[in-house]
Amino acid sequence: MSASVYADYRVQPRKRSPFGSMVLMLFLLVVAVFMLVPMVYMVVNAFKPIDELLLFPPRFYVMRPTLQNFTDLVLAASATVVPFSRYIFNSTYITVMVVGVTILIGSMAGYALSNKHKFPGQGAFFTVVVSAMMFAPEVTTIPRYLIVNGLHMIDTYWALIIPPLAAPYAVFLMKQFIDGIPTELLEAARIDGANQWTLFWKIIMPGAQSAWATLAITSFIGTWNDAFGPLVFTRREVMRTLPLAIFTIGGGVARLGALSAALLLMTAPPIIIYTLLQARVLESMTYSGIKS
Amino acid sequence: MATAGQVIQAGAGVQPAPGRLAQWWAAVRAGKTGYLFLAPFAIVFFLFTVLPVLTALGLSFTYYNMLQPPHWIGLVNYRNLFLEDNTFLIGVKNTFFFAVIAGPATFAASFLLAWLINMQRARKALTLIYYAPSLTSAVAMSLIFSYFLSGDRYGLLNDLLMRLGVINEPYQFLKNVKSIMPSIILVQLWMGLGNGFLVNLAGLNAVDRNLYEAAAMDGIRTKLQEMWYITLPMMKPQLLFNAVNAIVTSFNVFWISAALVGFPSPQYAGHTIVGVLYDHAFIRFELGYASAVAVVLFLFTLGLNRIVFRLLSTKGDY
Repeated sequence: MSASVYADYRVQPRKRSPFGSMVLMLFLLVVAVFMLVPMVYMVVNAFKPIDELLLFPPRFYVMRPTLQNFTDLVLAASATVVPFSRYIFNSTYITVMVVGVTILIGSMAGYALSNKHKFPGQGAFFTVVVSAMMFAPEVTTIPRYLIVNGLHMIDTYWALIIPPLAAPYAVFLMKQFIDGIPTELLEAARIDGANQWTLFWKIIMPGAQSAWATLAITSFIGTWNDAFGPLVFTRREVMRTLPLAIFTIGGGVARLGALSAALLLMTAPPIIIYTLLQARVLESMTYSGIKS
Repeated sequence: MATAGQVIQAGAGVQPAPGRLAQWWAAVRAGKTGYLFLAPFAIVFFLFTVLPVLTALGLSFTYYNMLQPPHWIGLVNYRNLFLEDNTFLIGVKNTFFFAVIAGPATFAASFLLAWLINMQRARKALTLIYYAPSLTSAVAMSLIFSYFLSGDRYGLLNDLLMRLGVINEPYQFLKNVKSIMPSIILVQLWMGLGNGFLVNLAGLNAVDRNLYEAAAMDGIRTKLQEMWYITLPMMKPQLLFNAVNAIVTSFNVFWISAALVGFPSPQYAGHTIVGVLYDHAFIRFELGYASAVAVVLFLFTLGLNRIVFRLLSTKGDY
C-alpha cells in the first residue's frame, strides 16, 4: 500500500497536464501585466515631451523620447526655494542612516530576545514588541511630535532618523530567524573563547543574513517613501524629502514634465537596490536550510 | 548548610520576597549581556512608542491646543467622536470598508501568488515584477494611477472604455462618491501585494523538502493537499506576520486617499481614520481630540489583531 503511494508521488510532478500549467502561466502573466502597466507608464511619461504629455486623446507610449523633463526638473526646482538635489540628498542621507541603524539595533535586540538568551523580563518585552506591531505608528504621531518638539529636534535630520528606529517588526523578524540558528554553533564558539559581541558578529549576523537582507529592503522602502514623518516633523522646505517634493513640484500644467521626471527619479532607487539585493536574498534563502 | 536551606524554604513559605528577590537579582545579573544587547532598541522604543501610546491615552481625556497646558475634560472627546462628529464616523466606515476588502484580498493573493510562482520556472523575473509595486511610493504611484482613472479628457481608462464603446462619456472614477473607495482599494491591492508575497516566498523556501516525501508516504497526493496539510501549517509564522501587516496597513490608509482623490476628498468619500487624526492634530491643532481618534484607531487594530492571533494559532496545530 504505502509503496504504491510512494510510487504515485514520484510520478506526480510529471502528471500535471500541459493545459493546466498553460492556464496557470497565463494567469500569472495577466497579473504581471497588471503590476507592470502603471510603472511602465511612469517610465514612459518621464521621457515624453510636453506636447505628448498633453496630447488628446491620451497615448500610452512615447513617440519622440526626450530628456527635456529632467533638465526642466532641475530648472523648475531651482526657480523655487529648494533645488531638487537637496531633496535627493535629504532622502538619501535619512534612508541610509535609518536602514543601517535599524539593522544594527534590530539584530542586537533580536539576538537578546532569541532563545540564545534568558533573563527576567525577556518574554514580557517581546510581548510588548509584538503588540507594537499590531498598530500603525500613526497612532503615536501626536506624542511623538510633542517629544520631538520637546527635544528641539523639529526641522533637524534627527527628527526623521530617530523615531523610525523604534521599528518593532525589525526586532520581531530578527528574533524569529535567530531562534532558528542552532545553539550548538554558539556553544562551540563559546568554548573557543569567543565573547558575546564576537558571537553576534561571527555567527548570528552571517547566519541571519537572509533576515537582515529582507529587513534592509523593507526598512529602505519604508523610510524612502515615508511622507508622514517629514510632513509632521519638518517645517522648512530644505529639510523635506522626495515624497513631499512631489507635492511641491506638482500642480500646474507647466510643471507636468518636471513632475513626471521627478516621479521616475524617486521610484527608481528602491527598485534598483532591490534588484541588486535580490540575488543575495534568494541566495541566502536557499542557504537558510538551518532550521532542521 | 541544611539550616540555610531550611531557612530559605521556611522564608519562602512565610515571606517569599527576600529569597525570590535574590534569585531574581541573580538571574538579572546573569542576563547582563542580554540587557546590553537590548538596550539601544529598548531606549528608542520606549521613547517613541511606549511613552507616546501612554501619552496619547492620557491626552485623549483632555482639551489641548499646544498653546495652553492640557486640561482634563473626561470622556467629552470620545462622546463627541461617536455622537457628534459625522466626519469621524464616515472615516471609520470608510476605513472598515477598506480593511474588510483590501486586507483579506492582499493576504490571500500574496500567499496564492507566492505558492503558484514557487512552482514555476520563470520565478525570478515574476518575483521582481510582483514585488516591484511594493517598492514604490504611495504618493508617487497614486499620482500615476490618477492619470489612468482621471475623469477629464486625459484619463486612460475612460479613453479606453469610450473607444471600446462601453461608455459614452467619461466616468468620474476619482470624483464620484461611489467609485472613490473602490479606486483607493485598487491602488492598495496593487501596492500592498508584494510585501506579504516576498515573506511567503521566503517561508515556502524554508519548508523542509523531506516533509513532502514523508507526507506522500502517508497518502498525500495532490498539490492542494500538500498545501493544506504541510505548507500552510509550516508557514504559520509567515502567515501570522502577513495577517498582522495586512490589518495594520489597512487601518493605516491615508496617503493613497490623499494623493488619489485629494484631502479632504469629495463629500469625505475617501476620508479615513488617519485622515481625521491628521486633520484635527495638525490642521486644527485639537490635539486632545486627535489623541482620542488615535486611541480608537489603536483599539481597533489591536483588537482585530488579537482575534487574528487567536484564529491562526489554533489553526495549524497538527
